[in-house]
Amino acid sequence: MLDFPGWLRLPLAGPVDQAMTWILTNLGGLFDWIGSVGLQVLINVERALIFVPWFVLVALVGLVAWRAIGKWTSGLGMAVLLILVGTFGYWAEAMTTLSVVIVSVVIAVALGIPIGILMAWSDSVKRLLRPILDGMQTMPSFVYLIPALMLFGLGRVPATFATLIYAIPPVIRLTDVGIREVPAATIEAAKAFGANRWDLLRDVQLPLARSSILVGINQTTMMALAMVVIGSMIGNRGLGMEVLLAINRVDIGRGFEAGLAIVFLAIVIDRISNGFARRRKVPVALSTSVAETEDDPEDRPDEPEHVA
Amino acid sequence: MDAVGTRPGRRERPGGATLTDEADAMITRPPGGDAAVRVEGLWKVFGKNPDHVFDDEYRGLSKTELQARTGNVVGIRDVSFDVRPGELFVLMGLSGSGKSTLIRTLIRLIDPTRGTLWVDGQNVAAMSTRELLDFRRRSISMVFQSYGLLPHYTVLQNAAYGLKLRGEDQKTREEKARAALATVGLTGWESYYPDSLSGGMQQRVGLARALATDPDILLMDEPFSGLDPLIRRQLQDEFVDLQDQIGKTIVFVTHDLHEALKLGDRIAIMRDGEIVQIAEPEEILSNPHDDYVRAFTRDASTAGVFTARTVMDDPEVLLYRWQGPRAALAELVHHRRDWAFMVDKKQRYLGICSRDLVDTLIKEGIRHIEAADLIRPDPVDPDVLIQDLFGLVGAGSYPLPVADPDGTLLGVIRPRSILEALHTPDPSEEASDA
Repeated sequence: MLDFPGWLRLPLAGPVDQAMTWILTNLGGLFDWIGSVGLQVLINVERALIFVPWFVLVALVGLVAWRAIGKWTSGLGMAVLLILVGTFGYWAEAMTTLSVVIVSVVIAVALGIPIGILMAWSDSVKRLLRPILDGMQTMPSFVYLIPALMLFGLGRVPATFATLIYAIPPVIRLTDVGIREVPAATIEAAKAFGANRWDLLRDVQLPLARSSILVGINQTTMMALAMVVIGSMIGNRGLGMEVLLAINRVDIGRGFEAGLAIVFLAIVIDRISNGFARRRKVPVALSTSVAETEDDPEDRPDEPEHVA
Repeated sequence: MDAVGTRPGRRERPGGATLTDEADAMITRPPGGDAAVRVEGLWKVFGKNPDHVFDDEYRGLSKTELQARTGNVVGIRDVSFDVRPGELFVLMGLSGSGKSTLIRTLIRLIDPTRGTLWVDGQNVAAMSTRELLDFRRRSISMVFQSYGLLPHYTVLQNAAYGLKLRGEDQKTREEKARAALATVGLTGWESYYPDSLSGGMQQRVGLARALATDPDILLMDEPFSGLDPLIRRQLQDEFVDLQDQIGKTIVFVTHDLHEALKLGDRIAIMRDGEIVQIAEPEEILSNPHDDYVRAFTRDASTAGVFTARTVMDDPEVLLYRWQGPRAALAELVHHRRDWAFMVDKKQRYLGICSRDLVDTLIKEGIRHIEAADLIRPDPVDPDVLIQDLFGLVGAGSYPLPVADPDGTLLGVIRPRSILEALHTPDPSEEASDA
């Protein structure tokens, strides 16, 4: 009597399966096409990363980190971390992982910023999207592997797809927050001078939301990296796969190396993107003007004579 | 600065209509014709069903009753007025009186609920979005209390923003923006960012931005309210001069009666969204429409006009505590003065530093001026009536400092200032201080 009544049942599994089947039979061609295009893109990005000589990439990362964080020691540190990944013997795997991260983050940003803008513009869009975004972030990330697997089969394309879905919420949210936090007075002033919606976006909202959006991109990137590792379960090669293999073989040493490589990659990506997010435009504030030029009286030996 | 010799109503406006002109115009004037701004029967009701308010049942109710019974808040209630070309029209009231809402409807930052609105011969209330943008880009500008500058733009880019929106090319807009910045005294600051400027200077940028588009009408929403008293006075004075040069039609919102009296050609006093009285400053003071206006003007009417605040002059030359005797001497010599007030970092009054004092200190080789060395006449409160000052002015050999209760130096009272306030000023009289 105290058990939940067995007849009170809302069967969701059936309809979801049916919807999935419908999608596969009717839109299968579309997903195949997306899959093959996606695969080409991913392969080419990976090739490009591997084509670049390792020392060039290390130097480049070092320079960018120096510029982003502002200290040359940090730049050097990031370069060293990247070299360490190579010394573990995982350079190629790291590049594969990186290629998936890059592609999914680029797509996430390209979709996420416009969605975030819509969300900031319209309260009803926000009301609609908020529970969806909440759901996307609280759902265990493995769940995304199932539809990805069904739509795109095994490999890096479904991994990218799952990564995209898992990683996109922060950039949407923080674009929305950044735009909504622009002071109303600034918006009002721009409007008073005849700014339309696009002028406002270009001149006021996006520039003032810049650091918030960059924080969003940083978070999205970190989540993408986490998900790419999980994506190894559906055949995404790279560092995650190495960890997975090490687990299966109970090869603690290799697993540790692969895990550490992921951590180093994460640190490098995080520090650089965080550096860009934090960096503020430095005003050319020369110290407040020395308008009143008091010609230094200390130099004069005695009382100035021009007094009269 | 020209001291008390200039009071409201002194300016001759190019478009200032005489009484007969106006009577004629009343008959034949086309809608919005010769008035720069014409507002008729304007309402703004905030809430879900604003039209409710116009039902017979609710029409006569007061603002608070309406809010309780319909949930609607009346921001502006059946307001009508004209602003003449070249006039400086002040909207004054306490906070919540609807003055800020009203000025925003003139540029449709807030859409009116009912009523007609002609600005510069254009029917603003009926404009489409496109027309409205064009109107804002060409005919009208606004200055805000909180400046509303873009932090990622330089001073020059901020001043040029209206021109940018209008689609003028880079060269033209920089030229015009530089000219506007020169008008407000900001030449040399073009490449700075607003963050590195003081409040007073930021508001100058706001003003330059508004002037750069050369609008026919300028809206100013409490532009000087957020500033320190000294800076506020200075900007007001400069603004009076500027207004004489540019001769624009200005609608100016303030809650400060002194500011209204100082700047306004006519003043509209608002309460609960309604205009209670529109009149010239003199008329407001001498003939308040009702008790509300009387209460508003009490501290300024007849006896109150002549408080220390109203007759004081700008101190003009200030010395700062950290300046040594030689720097002070250089300053005094530069301004051809025998003395000047010394203040600390927060503009608080410390005392009078005289030529004699700095000469002595320099001779003795002392590098710092101690506050204890200064001559220190007690400062008077800005609200003291000047009849109470008669004994003080002229008692010592230095003019009287006027300071806030917290010590902030506001101005100086010279014997002449009081005499001028008591007698009708003679414009031919040359102001020669020192």
